[in-house]
Parts: sequence; C-alpha cells; structure tokens
Amino acid sequence: MGRLTAWVDRRFPFSVLVRTSMTEYYAPKNFNFWYFFGSLALLVFATQIISGILLLAHYQPSAKAAFNSVQSIMYDVKWGWLVRYIHTTGASLFFVVIYLHMLRGYLYGSFKRPRELLWLIGVALYVCLMGEAYFGYVLPFGNMSYWGGQVITSIIAAIPYVGGWLASVLRGSFGVGTPTLTRFVAFHAVLLPALLAVLILTHLLALHEVGSNNPDGVEIREHLDARGQPVDGIPFHPYYTVKDMFGVGVFLVVFCAIVFYAPTFHGLFIETYNFSPANPLKTPPEITPAWYLAPYYAMLRAVPNKAVGIGILFAAIIAPFLLPWLDHNPVKSSRYRPVYRWMVIVFVLTLVALGWIGMQPAIPALLPPARILLALYFLFFLSLPIVSRLEPTRPVPERISAS
Amino acid sequence: MIARLAALLLAVIAVHAAAQTPPLVAPPVAFNRATIRRGAQWFAQYCLSCHSVKWIRYDRLTRDLGFSKDAVRQQLMFPSGAHLARGMVPTLSAKDATAWFGVAPPDLTLEARLRGGAWIYTYLRSFYFDPTRPSGWNNRLFPNAAMPNVLAPISGVENAKGRLIQRGRLTPKQADQVIGAITVWLEYTSDPSKLERERLGPYALGFVVLFAVVAYLMKRAYWRDVS
Repeated sequence: MGRLTAWVDRRFPFSVLVRTSMTEYYAPKNFNFWYFFGSLALLVFATQIISGILLLAHYQPSAKAAFNSVQSIMYDVKWGWLVRYIHTTGASLFFVVIYLHMLRGYLYGSFKRPRELLWLIGVALYVCLMGEAYFGYVLPFGNMSYWGGQVITSIIAAIPYVGGWLASVLRGSFGVGTPTLTRFVAFHAVLLPALLAVLILTHLLALHEVGSNNPDGVEIREHLDARGQPVDGIPFHPYYTVKDMFGVGVFLVVFCAIVFYAPTFHGLFIETYNFSPANPLKTPPEITPAWYLAPYYAMLRAVPNKAVGIGILFAAIIAPFLLPWLDHNPVKSSRYRPVYRWMVIVFVLTLVALGWIGMQPAIPALLPPARILLALYFLFFLSLPIVSRLEPTRPVPERISAS
Repeated sequence: MIARLAALLLAVIAVHAAAQTPPLVAPPVAFNRATIRRGAQWFAQYCLSCHSVKWIRYDRLTRDLGFSKDAVRQQLMFPSGAHLARGMVPTLSAKDATAWFGVAPPDLTLEARLRGGAWIYTYLRSFYFDPTRPSGWNNRLFPNAAMPNVLAPISGVENAKGRLIQRGRLTPKQADQVIGAITVWLEYTSDPSKLERERLGPYALGFVVLFAVVAYLMKRAYWRDVS
C-alpha cells in the first residue's frame, strides 16, 4: 500500500489531495442537523447517475415506444421496478435535500462574503437540477409527461423575440413527439449531468477555498492555534466523514421506506396520470407540475398576462442569485438576527403555501391568496436591503459557542 | 381570517369531490396471494373476453401467485392464441370491439394505478338497468359507460333507484367478495412488484437501520475527544 501510494504520488498529487481536502481540511466543530444535506445531495447525485445508466439500457426514446419501454422495465426487466423506483424516489428526495441545504444557507447567512461565489454556483446547480428534473419527467411519455412537455415548452415559446425559435429547438418539431424525446434524453442523460458534475466540483473547490460557515456565522480561521490551524476547527476526516455516514444511514431508512412501501408517494413522486400513455387528444383533468416545481407554477398562474407571468417566473428564479448583494448586515447567522430569522420563516411558509396552491386545480378562489403569497415571496428579497441595515442584532460571540 | 381560510379549503375540497358521485368504497378483501388468485380466475372468466392486461405474462403468475403451469392453462388461458410466455390479451380484436361497443375496451393493466382500487370496486357495483341505453345498462359512477354489466349473472340486476329487481347466482355479500377479488387482482396487475417489495422491505429496512445504528456508535466513539 505504502509503495503504491508513493508510486502514485510521484505522478499525481494523491496524498496532497487527501490531506488538503480531508485529513487536514478543518471544518467548524459545531455543525448541526442542517449540515447533513450537502453530503446527502452528493449521495443522491451518484445514485441517480447509477440508476439512470441502468434505466437507459432499456429505455427507448420515441413517441411510440417510450411508454411501453418504461412498462417493460417495470414488468419484464429483472429488478427493473427497483431501479426505476430508486430513480423516481431519488429525483424527489434530491429536491428535498437541496431545499433543506439551501434553507441552511438562508438561515446562517452562508451566502455572505467571502462565500458569494460558492452561493452563486450553488444556485446555478439548483437551476440546472430543475432542468434535469423537467427533461427526465417528460421521458416516460405518460400523459402527464406529454402535457407537462407541452406546457413548459409553450411557456418558453412565450418569451419575447427568441421564444418561438427556442421552443422549436427544444421540441425539435412543432409539437412534443419523437424528436423531443431524442433530444430530451440527450439533455437529461448527457448535457445536464455533465454540467451538474462540473458545477458540483466547482462548488466543492470554492467551499474548500473559503471554508465552511457554521450555525454561529463566525469565521473559525480568525482564531488559529500554534500550528496555524483553526482552534474551533476539526479535521473533516475522520470527524465529519463518520458523522455524515450516520446522516447517510438515517437518509437511507427514509429512502428505503419510500421505495419499498410507498414508491408513488400518493401521486407526488410518480403522478397518477402518468400511468396512462401520452395522448394529444386527451388532456388530464388538471395539469399540475411535480411538487418541487409547484411554487413557480403557482406564481405563473397568479398573473393573468402570460408575458408578465413569465417575467415574474424568471425574476423568482434570479432573485436568490442576488442574495449576497441584497443583505447588508455584517452579522451572518439568523441566531443573532431575530427579525431576519422571522423573515426566513415566513419566506419558507410562503413557498410551502405556494407549492400547495400550485398543485391544486386552477380555481378562482385560490387566486387572491396566490397573489398575496407571490408578493410575500418578492417582499423577502426587496425588503432585505433596508431591513438588513436597520434591524437590531444580538451580540455575536467572538468564537463559536458550545455546540 | 380563519373563516376565510376554512372557506377556501372547502372550495378546494368541493372541486376535488365534485367528480366523485357516488362515494368511493374500498374493496372488503385483503391484498394477498389467495385473493389475487381468486380475482385472476374471475377476471379470466368474466373480463378477459374483452379486456387485456397485456403487461402480465401468464408465466409470471406461476412465479408471483403460486399457480401451477397446468392451473394457469386450465383456469386462465381461455383466449385463443394464449401462450405461457405472452401477455394476457383477449381474442376480441380492437376493430370488432369498436364496432360493437363504440369504444375498444381499454387495457386494464394499469387501471388500478390510474383510478385506484376503490374506484374500480365502486364502478363495478354501480351498474343499473337502463332501457334507454343501447346495452340496457348504465353506471352511477361513470354515467353512460359503454361497458355492459357483465357481472349481472352473479350479482343480480339493480334498477335506477338501487333496488335489486333480479337476484343473481350469489348473495350480495358473496358478489361483493368476487368484485373485491377482481379489484385486488387489478391492483396486483398495476404493480406486481408490490408482493416482492413487501417481502423484501423488512430486510432492506433492517439493513439500513443497522447501518445507521453502527454509524451512530462510530460517530460517538470518534467524537469523544471533541469538546
């Protein structure tokens, strides 16, 4: 082992990498519950890649064969059902994990200097993940896939000037059909996973450059010991590798419970209407998106004008990118910012409520609450420059408090 | 504020409930191999003449449900051209079916996932005699359904008011057991992995719970020296 490592080290910085990114990479010792989700996101990404490769071995991207090939995975391919349920459960849990990971950033101000670029890469990852999920959603070509494919590409077609061209490039045709599926499979299985992999690597590189934030939002690198290491830091390996392993265990319990006992999760993880094949002549009673995109759909429907609605949709996706420059308070963690803490809580509840409305039928009674919630969503970002300058803060400790 | 929220919830529930008349009733039988086997036999006799469950190959029933090959041949493989390795498809062609019924009877493999077991069970119990319809049948859950009440010989004939005007071969309670078994059979066809999932589930969960416990103990051991 020692000789092999030495051989490799003369040709590749293996030991250096292990040292700088694991055994001598110091992380704050007070990570709590919210810090499990980064490593879990990496785990789900790997699971999706592996299960995706297995599914791709049996999937046929054509309007005629796609639905049947998915059914043959479910009925005829040995362990096909298990692989597909892992992939569908993984897709939804990816968003659960990412939303909790992002919420952690909001709560502890992890987007603030010097972590702005780390945050930007992270939000870009989230946007790519939404695209990845959408393209994957269309592939089984059930009736909800088909109509979801129609609705989203028609949203894109409504973009001024370039929309029509962009939509026809995406569809590969005038409607959603075989040319759409062949390019969606290219996007879903090649383009976006590659993009995600590169962004994840960049995200990790940026993280290791600036170091992790922590629940107290104080910089551990400002207090070094005699060896030049952070006093309140502990080596990532073995401390956080074993701790994350425990997180992985709990996560897998949830994951397996869903895969084995509730794989469709009451129509939330696999939509009911997707059990009938795509049919251009038969619209499902309600076209609603997957739960993880539902808040955006509610925003879109809250605005009567299509072009304005799309403008709002883009603004809603862009807004989190601007967070590092909207928040002017030098205090990072919401632990010491009571007003900001309440703003984040209201913001999360707003998104949950918008998501619920996005999955309901389009009834007029839901329009006023949807508009109030839409306003609340943007109010969070718009009021932050003012609130962050005026809000009272509690004294921030010099070093991290007891964990 | 609370009153308005309640009104809003009621409006949403009303929209969801509007389509559901009469109320859906869950089948009064358990989801297990014995019920599914009974359902398969009734299905083969009463439904498979018109409806396919094309994703279910006959030989999978020997593996999943414990039928012998001979039992499958004698009790289920009624359509001409049926083969152990092929899917359960009726003799009736889609073209003839469209000419006779107006629509081709749909494939039922995934029906229970699309509509749910309670819907199927309620639908099959909601037929009534209606002389104004071409087939003489109508359905309370699915008005003007093209399907005739093929189960009438066993469950009897109801009029529009829900009164039994002609007794069937079985008592209403026995008939409900049969319809329940057919429903459970269709729940099985919609996701045959359910049997295997529920068999493997405890092992998979047991393993990951054990993994989590060991990981927790390891974490505690490693973290002993962190103040």
